[in-house]
Amino acid sequence: MTQLLNADEVSRALKRLAHELLEANHGADDLVLVGIQTRGVPLARRLAALIEEIEGTEVPAGAIDVTLYRDDLTRRGPLPLGETRVPVSVDGRTVVLVDDVLYTGRTIRAAMEAVLELGRPARIRLVALVDRGHRELPIRADHVGKNLPTSVDDRIRVHLEEVDGRDEVVAE
Amino acid sequence: MKPLSNLISIEDLDAEQVVGILDTAEQLLPIADRRRNSVPTLRGKVVCNLFLEDSTRTRISFDLAAKRMSAEVINFSGKGSSVSKGESFKDTALTLDAMGVDCVVVRSGSSGAPLQVSRYLEVPILNAGDGWHQHPTQALLDVFTMRRHLGDLAGRHVVVCGDVLHSRVARSEVQALRLLGARVTLVAPPTLLPPAPESWGAEVSGDLDAVLPDADVVYLLRVQRERMHRAFFPSSREYARFWGLDVDRLARLPDHAIVMHPGPMNRGVEITADVADSDRSVIIEQVTNGIAIRMACLYLLLSGDTEGAEVTP
Repeated sequence: MTQLLNADEVSRALKRLAHELLEANHGADDLVLVGIQTRGVPLARRLAALIEEIEGTEVPAGAIDVTLYRDDLTRRGPLPLGETRVPVSVDGRTVVLVDDVLYTGRTIRAAMEAVLELGRPARIRLVALVDRGHRELPIRADHVGKNLPTSVDDRIRVHLEEVDGRDEVVAE
Repeated sequence: MKPLSNLISIEDLDAEQVVGILDTAEQLLPIADRRRNSVPTLRGKVVCNLFLEDSTRTRISFDLAAKRMSAEVINFSGKGSSVSKGESFKDTALTLDAMGVDCVVVRSGSSGAPLQVSRYLEVPILNAGDGWHQHPTQALLDVFTMRRHLGDLAGRHVVVCGDVLHSRVARSEVQALRLLGARVTLVAPPTLLPPAPESWGAEVSGDLDAVLPDADVVYLLRVQRERMHRAFFPSSREYARFWGLDVDRLARLPDHAIVMHPGPMNRGVEITADVADSDRSVIIEQVTNGIAIRMACLYLLLSGDTEGAEVTP
């Protein structure tokens, strides 16, 4: 197991992402952060807290579980379902999807379908803590914490304080 | 959680599987009650409702559950089908297999019919009620409803009152409640108790008034006239007096206790109209929860047909 990012680097990446989001969106108005289950959810909450620190504006943060929209359930068998809960209507807002690792892009495709079922956002943006490449769909992130060139055989894991008791990104 | 291959009896499940089904249903409830749109999860799957005994409510519930998850549904009922023309059960099952269905939901007046179908077919079989034997999705939706109101059911006390003898619901219900650690008391006229009711792991009482102050749930069973081929009690009025829930008995319950019934109700027999319509009654919720539970069962039975596939983020 190799550590690719330590706790400080994760924290710095998130701060930069919060600033980038605010810059690209010209402020925090109409933003709603939606974390993809499971580790995207605490990441979205942290970004919302950072944005509030910087701008003084409270940004709603929610969670989305994409399992029911996956295209590979038949191959993978029934996966446990997580909660989908977005505290505000997405209609007319900028929905920022937040994920820990961007890889094939299939999770993001499913997440876009799930968000569009909730309403009609003005636009959907994507933030990933780590982009490890190897896309299978024409999807890219608007904001990336760290680009990590990997081989298909690598297993990249993001560990977060809220779930795993510590912040780091590792290759297994 | 151990994967499910069929759902024929609560006896086949362990506590972890029951909790897994309830947790899955919890996440599917917003889709079942239409706060969220339907999902594409079971697109391309064909679910066959094989209903050899009439049951409009259960069939519609399974039908909706499959459709909320984008499965296709075909209905095969006893009446007017090849079954009434004398086709054997085995041939019916083999025909469905040849037609390429992905799951069969079986309802039958004969105990053991779903198990029999599962021997002929490779696809998952879901029991929607068979004879006096089992009605697993009813039991699951009931414990789901109880858990939503009371939290963890361990140590909770459920009073099941009425025609226990003819009730597949009671049998499944007690098993599911015991798996979750609840205490169950069966209350019934002696003529409507099964032989050796203690073997169910439940307590037995003949006095409804005595057990009510200590109950978290009162579950009333339907008086099933269609299954009674002789007189088990003198009259509906007498039944109501001794075994029916009216407002006076409702007042004996603790404030948090809820009233349940599997439906359809005989108002004025096992439950009075004012109790059925009171705020303690969760009977209407049971209907919506039934769709969520059936969605959960279909999801767990129908997604994934290869084991050990690699998980990618």
